Amino acid sequence: MISIALMFAFACFGLGLLFCLWRITVGPDVSDRILALDTMVINLIALLVLYGIWKGTAVYFEASMLVAMVGFVSTVAYCRFVLRGDIIE
Amino acid sequence: MPAIMEILISAFLILGGVFGLVGSFGLVKLRDTMQRLHGPTKATTLGIGCALIASMLYFFSTGGAVSFHELLITLFLFLTAPIAANFIAKTYIIRNIDRSELPASSREYGWSVYDDSPALRREE
Repeated sequence: MISIALMFAFACFGLGLLFCLWRITVGPDVSDRILALDTMVINLIALLVLYGIWKGTAVYFEASMLVAMVGFVSTVAYCRFVLRGDIIE
Repeated sequence: MPAIMEILISAFLILGGVFGLVGSFGLVKLRDTMQRLHGPTKATTLGIGCALIASMLYFFSTGGAVSFHELLITLFLFLTAPIAANFIAKTYIIRNIDRSELPASSREYGWSVYDDSPALRREE
């Protein structure tokens, strides 16, 4: 039963990644694209966690933690660049 | 693995998948950038929270030990999602909304999106 639920969750988050990709391509403003990239990072973390359950190893938690940190820092850096024209003042 | 645990893990996985899908679908469906902020920042964060709870239950029922990595990731994501949303909203405001459309800030200096704070100004 868990494997079927896992496949369903994989499909959901994969479809979510496709939606984000569409928003990055179409998005009328830079803020839409930053938001879509941020959502992509969150979906990617979810996929990594699900892959860890599928394989039965706890190795992927460190990877998803790192992806979460890098994603947050890159979102803030991108926004700061658009806001102030500089990342660290 | 006991059957109740299996049902619980599957329920959390499906709930997480549905929430993640709804959040990402909101990114496509909603009309305005400010509306679009709602989907990813709330629904997707809740979805990944559900997925992490499912993973925690799974490794608890197979290995027997409670791992705190998932809680760490959940805490980090729940802390950073509002900050990122605030930054994206500020980016939208500075690019698309004119200064004159906003109400007055009722202080001696304007909104921080457009004006530097007085502490920064004194340095120059």
